Amino acid sequence: MTANIISGSLIFAAALLFGGLGGMLSERAGVINLGIEGFMISGAFFSAVGAYYAESAGLGGLSPFIGLLTAFICTAIFSGMHALATLKYKADHVISGVVINLLAANVTFFLVKLLFDGAAETPRLTNMFSKISIPFLSDVPIIGKALFRSYPTTYIAFAAVLLIGFVFFKTSLGLRLRGVGENPGSIDTAGINVMKIKFWAVMMSGSIASLGGATIVLTTNGNFSFNTIAGQGYIAIAAVILGRWNPYGVLSGALLFGFAQAIKDQIQILDFASSIPTEVFYMLPYLVTLLALIFTGRKTRAPKALGIHYDASVR
Amino acid sequence: MEQKRVEKVLELKHITKKFGNFVANDDVSLTVRRGEIHALLGENGAGKSTLMNVVFGMYQPEEGSISVYENETKIENPNHAIHLGIGMVHQHFKLIENFTVTENIIIGMEPKDGIRLNMKAAVKEVQNISEKYGLKVDPNSKIEDLPVGMQQKVEILKCLYRGANLLIFDEPTAVLTPDEIGELLQVMQKLVAEGKSIILITHKLNEIMKVADKCTIIRKGKYIATVDIKDSNKEELAEMMIGKNISREIDKEAYNPKQNVLEIKNLTMLSSSKKKVLNNINLTVAAGEIVGIAGVDGNGQMELAEAIIKMRDFEEGDILINGVSQKDKSTREIYESGVSYVPADRHKHGLVLENDIAENLILIEYYKEKYNQGIKLNKALMYEEARAAMKNYDVRAENEYTIVRGMSGGNQQKVILSREISRDPELLIIVQPTRGLDIGAIDFIHRQVVRLRDKGVAVLLISFELEEILTLSDRIDIIFDGQIVGQTKPTETNDRELGLMMAGKGSGDE
Repeated sequence: MTANIISGSLIFAAALLFGGLGGMLSERAGVINLGIEGFMISGAFFSAVGAYYAESAGLGGLSPFIGLLTAFICTAIFSGMHALATLKYKADHVISGVVINLLAANVTFFLVKLLFDGAAETPRLTNMFSKISIPFLSDVPIIGKALFRSYPTTYIAFAAVLLIGFVFFKTSLGLRLRGVGENPGSIDTAGINVMKIKFWAVMMSGSIASLGGATIVLTTNGNFSFNTIAGQGYIAIAAVILGRWNPYGVLSGALLFGFAQAIKDQIQILDFASSIPTEVFYMLPYLVTLLALIFTGRKTRAPKALGIHYDASVR
Repeated sequence: MEQKRVEKVLELKHITKKFGNFVANDDVSLTVRRGEIHALLGENGAGKSTLMNVVFGMYQPEEGSISVYENETKIENPNHAIHLGIGMVHQHFKLIENFTVTENIIIGMEPKDGIRLNMKAAVKEVQNISEKYGLKVDPNSKIEDLPVGMQQKVEILKCLYRGANLLIFDEPTAVLTPDEIGELLQVMQKLVAEGKSIILITHKLNEIMKVADKCTIIRKGKYIATVDIKDSNKEELAEMMIGKNISREIDKEAYNPKQNVLEIKNLTMLSSSKKKVLNNINLTVAAGEIVGIAGVDGNGQMELAEAIIKMRDFEEGDILINGVSQKDKSTREIYESGVSYVPADRHKHGLVLENDIAENLILIEYYKEKYNQGIKLNKALMYEEARAAMKNYDVRAENEYTIVRGMSGGNQQKVILSREISRDPELLIIVQPTRGLDIGAIDFIHRQVVRLRDKGVAVLLISFELEEILTLSDRIDIIFDGQIVGQTKPTETNDRELGLMMAGKGSGDE
């Protein structure tokens, strides 16, 4: 059971990790991104559709990768809307994000009906990601199976943490990106195009978050319906805050919330749990999120220029 | 070598910059040579910053030319200016607080090692520059952990790292402690010894006398003179900065002060960085007199006004109104005890710009019984009073429903003045009452203030305009660096003496 919980934690954490990394990217560039939920919905939808058509075209085991790619590209365009609204048209970041969420939920629901003859969900995929074992490491007793036998998306998510961590802290691009979220005026006077950095950060933010939605569809769910994401985007944002806008912090936040979800599934199997309504267990991840935020709230420090429209003429 | 020494780093010829009908710079010329500290002296609003923004490429002048290294150039934008070797040390630092010193300096021009940032090389380069010019900072400290003086050094290093040969310092000592000022002046001397040139924007005469080689004076946008500091003195500079002909004609009744209304005792206030923004202030204002606080912007005037009405807390001392301590009172209680306040920033603190005239007129007393009928506002009374107020105070707008935002500054100020006077104060605190207004509005407001004083109101006038202080005040207190550094009367002083005290002569002399 321990192995199951650990392995489950990682799988749930992967989706939250993509969402969290995406959210962090945008927010470190100073743009609040509450649209993570919407981008994850978009990712789930496009991955289901992309993988389904790839499957129909006879691509077999390759089709989940096509799904992943479809989600990434299509959501980049979608998150371009958030970038345009907040950067070019100076819309309120929070409102734009909320609208993204509502739009994603309703448009995808409509498109599913349109594409699949009025069905409420996409057809079940036959080719999903399957777990792969890492040679030798997966043979270690207990933790081997728990840690080194998982879906490709889990590995991609963890690799993304390292990659983003490297870019953030070891390259000049990362230095500039972090600077933009703190004091764009300083970046501007150093001769760097502030808007360009912000725009790309928001685009990539949506794309990376979309992989979280795709992960859920292509590993555990097998198709897309209106409640596939069910608030995981918001939990991902909580992981960003809990992780203090740091990629490694986001990782620990995602692991904590992933653990809360995994334990929910495992506890239900135990004897004493039969007397407790299942709804209580379903509340668990959200309760853990709330508690975690309460206990760390005072110590968090958001990027200084977060949510502020940059206007070069107001120096 | 002789040739090098007379090299003109920057030459401004007959620069004129207008904003609409307002001429901010009127035919100003200035030449900065290699290895020279050139001071730019003028009062607030004299056009110093506009001129420097022209040099830094933020504004384009209507007339005149700019030459850099004896080549005529059109400076397109700040990036272009940086490229030409011009660096600006801003008054409000442009630093990223949770970045290290090195990160702040290199950002935008980072040394690289493949795709990685080469932090080691960056730290080394920063160390090299800081040693060369005697700007000691720890390259690995975070900005938020550094005192203001250190942060300023980082700003200077940022310019030097980008290859600046001409550094413009915009009021650099305004935020510094006396020790830090001494250190900064040394750094400036070191910089010019190494062949850099400096433009020092300031209105502090002591600093100019200490480090500058030349000084260009501008007044009300006009070029007055360029002098060699070694052939000049403070008195001469002050006179040129302020101008001789200040008229002060306004009809006043004989000076007849009664009991003290406002008494400030040993008032001390600290800023968030623990600097003394007000330092042991003692001050009284009696019924029937106008006490003017003369001083240059940023010497504690705002803090003083806001302490009296309790918008800011203070650390030590006490404020008494009619002999009663106001220490534990709220702002509303202070207003109710007969204090009216006309704030310096009418848009930020005086008005709700999106509301109409009548609504702005009851902004302070909206809660009073007469304006309320049950839970509803007494609109009939509000608008009726507003109509009367507009007539009495010559507020020119379509009607009492006019939204305040679209009105001229003079009319906006009249709305505030009418609100504050109609509350029948015993003490009026009035800050920068005529900033940005035309002559007609200024005259109207001055007459209203004098009328109140003749009626027996105690008036505390805080202004950066020397002319205004001299015209209205019965007594003058001079504030510098949070301290009252002198007291005088308009009949016993002259502009020159006042100008010197405002610039810190007496307290700034070591």
